[in-house]
Formats: sequence, C-alpha cells, structure tokens
Amino acid sequence: MDIKLNTPLTREDTNKLTAGDYVYLSGTIYTARDAAHARMNETLDKGESLPVDWKNNIVYYLGPTPARPGKVIGSAGPTTASRMDKYAPRLLDMGLIGMIGKGKRTKEVLDAVVRNGGVYFAAVGGAGALLSKCIKNAEVVAYDDLGTEAIRKLTVENLPVIVVADSKGNNLYETATEKYKK
Amino acid sequence: MRELDVKEITCALREMAISINHELSPDMCELLNNSDKKEESPLGKQILGQLKENMQIAKDEMIPICQDTGMAVVFAEIGQDVHLVGGNIEDAINEGIRQGYVEGFLRKSVVADPIQRVNTKDNTPAVIHYSIVAGDKVKLTLSPKGFGSENMSKVYMLKPAQGIEGVKEAVLTAVKEAGPNACPPIVVGVGIGGTFEKCAILAKKALTRNALSHNEIPYVKELEIELLEKINNLGIGPAGLGGRITALAVNVETYPTHIAGLPVGINICCHVNRHISREL
Ligand code: SF4
Repeated sequence: MDIKLNTPLTREDTNKLTAGDYVYLSGTIYTARDAAHARMNETLDKGESLPVDWKNNIVYYLGPTPARPGKVIGSAGPTTASRMDKYAPRLLDMGLIGMIGKGKRTKEVLDAVVRNGGVYFAAVGGAGALLSKCIKNAEVVAYDDLGTEAIRKLTVENLPVIVVADSKGNNLYETATEKYKK
Repeated sequence: MRELDVKEITCALREMAISINHELSPDMCELLNNSDKKEESPLGKQILGQLKENMQIAKDEMIPICQDTGMAVVFAEIGQDVHLVGGNIEDAINEGIRQGYVEGFLRKSVVADPIQRVNTKDNTPAVIHYSIVAGDKVKLTLSPKGFGSENMSKVYMLKPAQGIEGVKEAVLTAVKEAGPNACPPIVVGVGIGGTFEKCAILAKKALTRNALSHNEIPYVKELEIELLEKINNLGIGPAGLGGRITALAVNVETYPTHIAGLPVGINICCHVNRHISREL
C-alpha cells in the first residue's frame, strides 16, 4: 500500500503501518550515523542531555557527500543500519519513533520497535542521487566536527521508504525472501 | 627507456575518481538497465527502476551515484620499461585521489587509524596494489569500494577435499549472510587458490573485470554461470526485499595453490560496482 505521512510521526501513524507498505515521508527528520551515535551514547552515559530531542522523531542513517555550490546536499542514501544496533534500543526507549536505513537489525532492536510502537524503514541503498532530490533543506545541528557524520536536520518531501519492521513484529526481510526462494 | 612524469598519474586518477563516482562503466550500465526485465517481484521491479533513474540523475546533475564514494582501491600495473620521474609514485597516486575527492565533492570516508578513527578529510590514503608487467606503459585501475558490501566479504580456507562444491557453498553462504546489507543486486568477485592474501586480492581484481565477460577457463566460466543462477534463486532480490535479481554478475579468478589448501576469497560488491582503467 502507498501511504503519505508527515513527520514527526505519532504512535497512531506507526500502528497503522505494516511491513511492505511503501511510504512517502514529508517534514523534518534528522541524520546520524556511527560516530554521532557513539557520541550520543557517551553523553547519555554521563547523564547529560542530547543535542536533539528524539521524541516522535525519525533518524536517517546517512552520511551525505558534500553539497555542490548552490545545492542543498549531495548524494544522500542510507547506510547499513546494523552498525547502530548497539545504540538504537536506548534511543527508541527515549521516544525515537522511526529509523531509516538499510539491512538487517538485531532482535534487541526489533523488540524495541515493538515495545515502543516504532517503525524501521528501508530506503533503497545506492540510490543516493535520486533520494537527494527529496531533500529540500539541510542544516548541521550538532557535531559539526564529524564532517559527513554530523547530525543534520533535513526537510524532506515525499522521501520514498519501505516499511521493513512494523510495531506488530513483522519483518519484511524474512518474509519477502521466502516468497521468491526457489 | 620511456619516461613518464608521475604528475600524469595524479591527473588521471583525479579525473577517474570524479568520473566513476558519477557514471558507471558501460558493462555495469547495461546490466542494470536490463535487470528489471527478469524481475518477478513488483516491488523489486520498482526498486530496479529507481536504480536506473538514480544513475541518470547522477550523470545529468553530477550528484554521486551513491553517497558512499568509497575507499579508493588502485591497481597500478607498471611496465618494466618505464622510468617514472618527477616524484614518488605513491605520493602521486594519493595526490590524485585527494584532488578527485576534494575538488569533486566526493565523500571523505577514510580514518587515519582503525582504532582511533580520526577522518583524514581527503579520502587518502588509497589501498594500492602494484605489479610489474612487461612493456613501457602504466595501467591504472581505480575501484572506489563502498563498505556496506565490503563488510560482508569473506575469506575461507577450505580443505582440498571440499573441492568445487565447497567453493559453491562458501559463496552462497556469504551472499545469504550479506542479504540486504550489501545493497543488492550485487556483483560477486571470487578468488580461488593462491594463499590467504592472494585469494582476497584476486577476488577484488575479479570485481574490476568487465562484468559482461566470463573467465576463459571453461570450468570457471561454468562456475560463474551456475553461481549466478543459484544466487538468484535465493530470493533475496533488489534491496533485499524479495525477488529474483539478487546478483548481476559473478566474476571468478583462479591461481595455483599449495597441495594442502583451497583458499577462497569472496568480495561482495553492490550494484554500484565502480571500476575504471586508463593506460598511460
Ligand atoms: S554498499 Fe554500495 S550501494 Fe550500498 S551504500 Fe555502500 S557503496 Fe552505496
């Protein structure tokens, strides 16, 4: 099913999503990948607060190429989500509602998605030029020193993503492969 | 003896880095452009359509095909009758990569130390494989390698008794494990024989071979065809979301090995299998 959603999402939105749904996201989302997650985790360990309030927000696991002059952003596709598995449950428990990436997740992350009524979306890996066209604004909001790994606030319009893991515990990576196995 | 100024190497690599990150080689374009014809899954078809559109946008608007513009792997085949002048070849290669990545708005994805992890901010150093060959030319092959797929690569030290069936099983296991992480449809480079490090380099080199071509050794060619079919029966499909097109090509290279061993290197590459060569 094709669905249009505006961010930040609500638990009502995510409850309606099922693995396999094709979703077009519009609104604000934030990027963070390996180094930003490691730093956020350290900050939390010290009992300090994060530079982004993740409540009801979506994280896009992305490190873009630099923007050419006059452009908003460079190539902007998803990175492998499993490298953030160590940190994701903690953020989900703090209110993070969705993640956009590519690839398999651990049981701990999938359980945290169910427990918190969240969602894990896949964006198509290796389609960074196409996906960048949906990004209308980009601004570094934290960890500027990390370069491509800084946290960016993005304004997106109809960003195409696919529901891989929904709040009911379905996982498209498992079911879809079975269907076409010979 | 023919003299070649290493500045030409720098200049060539700068251009090659920018070009190959925006437009794939003709073999990869052809494979991708035809990939949706055989896809049975509607979602798979839609994803392959997106990848085609992505390639067009990348080329027309000079936006890199993928944001992971890779770590630069360079194969430098140096003719034994060339005299390199004007500086150190290693510096010249890295300068070419530096210029290409900085001036070409490509991503800087290299950290100076694997544990301390501070970004070098210019994507250097490259990983360089030198070989001395006959003649008076220098052939450079650049293959910027993304790590979503690199991370899913494997080396197996099989026993000779496991034979070709063992090789097939190893490749299928690696591809299954890679699943959606390697951005399918993938290209699989396989190196059989040699030693621990040799099979891995062969596998990397196999990825730089024309993906429409086959190995000249008849049984190796058959192996390539059979592996491609078996991989495409795994059901992983485009983006790992189910379908028929899991791989676009399987390239296998072989080398003599020890009586006690059967090393197999499996280098997985995504559909953004970038390779470009130039002779100077
Ligand atoms: S694996 Fe390839 S297509 Fe996927 S993100 Fe990395 S470079 Fe891009």
